[in-house]
Amino acid sequence: MNKYVKYIVTTLLRMVLLLIGVSIVCFMLITSSPIDPVEAYVGSESNISQEQKDVIAEYWGLNNPPVQRYVTWVKNLLHGDMGISIAYQKPVTQILAQRFQTSAVLMITAWILSGIIGFLIGIVAGSHAGSVLDRVLKTFCFILSSTPAFWIGLLLLAVCSVQLGWFPVGFAVPVGKAASEVTVLDRIHHLILPALTLSITGISNIALHTRQKLIDVLHSDYVLFAKARGESAFQIIKRHGLRNIAIPALTLQFASFSELFGGSVLAEQVFSYPGLGNAATTAGLKGDVPLLLGVALFSVLFVFAGNFMANLLYGVLNPQIRKGEGQ
Amino acid sequence: MRRIRRKKNQRKRTIYLILLIGILLLLLVIAGRFLSPEQYGPDYNEKKLTPSIQHLFGTDYLGRDMFARTIKGLSNSILIGTLAAGFSACVALVLGILSATIGGLVDKIISYLVDLCMGIPHLVLLMLISFMMGRGLRGVIVGIALTHWPNLTRVIRGEVLQIKNMQYVKVAEKLGKSKIQIAFQHILPHVIPQFIIGLILLFPHAILHEAGVTFLGFGLSVDTPAIGIILSEALKHIATGMWWLVFFPGMMLVMVVMMFDQLGEHVRRLLDPSSARE
Repeated sequence: MNKYVKYIVTTLLRMVLLLIGVSIVCFMLITSSPIDPVEAYVGSESNISQEQKDVIAEYWGLNNPPVQRYVTWVKNLLHGDMGISIAYQKPVTQILAQRFQTSAVLMITAWILSGIIGFLIGIVAGSHAGSVLDRVLKTFCFILSSTPAFWIGLLLLAVCSVQLGWFPVGFAVPVGKAASEVTVLDRIHHLILPALTLSITGISNIALHTRQKLIDVLHSDYVLFAKARGESAFQIIKRHGLRNIAIPALTLQFASFSELFGGSVLAEQVFSYPGLGNAATTAGLKGDVPLLLGVALFSVLFVFAGNFMANLLYGVLNPQIRKGEGQ
Repeated sequence: MRRIRRKKNQRKRTIYLILLIGILLLLLVIAGRFLSPEQYGPDYNEKKLTPSIQHLFGTDYLGRDMFARTIKGLSNSILIGTLAAGFSACVALVLGILSATIGGLVDKIISYLVDLCMGIPHLVLLMLISFMMGRGLRGVIVGIALTHWPNLTRVIRGEVLQIKNMQYVKVAEKLGKSKIQIAFQHILPHVIPQFIIGLILLFPHAILHEAGVTFLGFGLSVDTPAIGIILSEALKHIATGMWWLVFFPGMMLVMVVMMFDQLGEHVRRLLDPSSARE
């Protein structure tokens, strides 16, 4: 048990160290941009004089050395102040909280969907390894992994929304409906296509991995022994397969948070879905520095949370690590 | 006797496939280079045409031939991919070998950098770099080139660590060869196949990321023919039902990505001694 605690603490420490590094990198990247934040703030049409711009720059502390600016930023960050978004004219924390709720529904749905579909494909392909079915599924996975998910999203949009009219063309709720009148069904109706699109990203990875693991398991001695005892193929997979392939699949699924976030940026752009990814795109295109920094940092935290959960789960599910044996 | 001959053919088939895919991709790049701007420019007499013999992929709302635009865009994508994959792969090779041979602090720092780069969602990192470069084509190229090394670095580091524990390397150490000498004479030759395969397999990632980030509107200007731009324009006009604007360019992108995947896979089969004779 002691070793397990130590394992968690070291993982956590490493992640904090990484988070500091990442925040420095993000800060450096954004502040070295030639896009002038004051210019982005006042807009190109305004006739604000140079002196006034200088006042704004001075007020924001843009003339201070980078290290000092970074320290100020981190200090404010620790106090929960991430600045005010230029594009939305609202505090960044507020936007992040609100947008994350919208995105979280989308990402969780897609995440579960891709996990289940991928796992099932992997099991079916793996248990029929070498057969025609296996080859078909494998080819399907290879095609999926070469296909940009946002293109599938566009196709779904063109076919299901425009041609067939089954689904709305975009947004998370019906346009022109008061927020209080929006029903859960409305939300689900708007969620289906984006979630389907986003789930595409993860399926092939998890399916191919599960397939390989299952094949390895099925070639082991204990499965041979189980066969000799007269267990059926289904019993073997249920009793000896699932437990062994669930660990890597779950770990992999939690480690896929990075692609999930990246995919959500694209999927939300296709479906004009007002989530975090959409905010990131807007921030990047409009030169909204506080919001871009906020989203970037948030996405990093999100990825870390996924990796950390993967590490934790690995410890919990793997008896060798849980009991402090092994390594 | 028959079995042996069959195996030989398999190897030949692999070589032919590599050549075929290579030539196809090369043709695509060359065709894109030699297209004149008029061929993918607007022609207001031929707006919104469905696919036909004259316009294989149809035309858009400005009467631009989508086939020419797609070819031009893919050609650009492959060139950007070449630049990015080449740079990233070289960085990965150097860092991977340094990390594994010197070890200690250098290894820790490089591993930290790899984790750092992988801790930010790839697309977000691309957006940040594009923002840093003030957007535009340069931002996309620099972003793609700077962000694809971490995975391959890990692979090469692992590979080198394995080779380092081989008997002949131990013997060379005992014979008094320096670490640098060992790295160049004994380790590098074994890592080169991994490097080549990794390099080829970086292409699909680079091309897909380039398409994604331009689709979002970072980088290239609206009239540059690039798959990302074409698709984002198609999105703007999706409600008009011009499905061919979405379908064909994306399909070609998928095919190019799959060709690179297959190329990498077959080169691996050829270079990997354990499967070269399969």
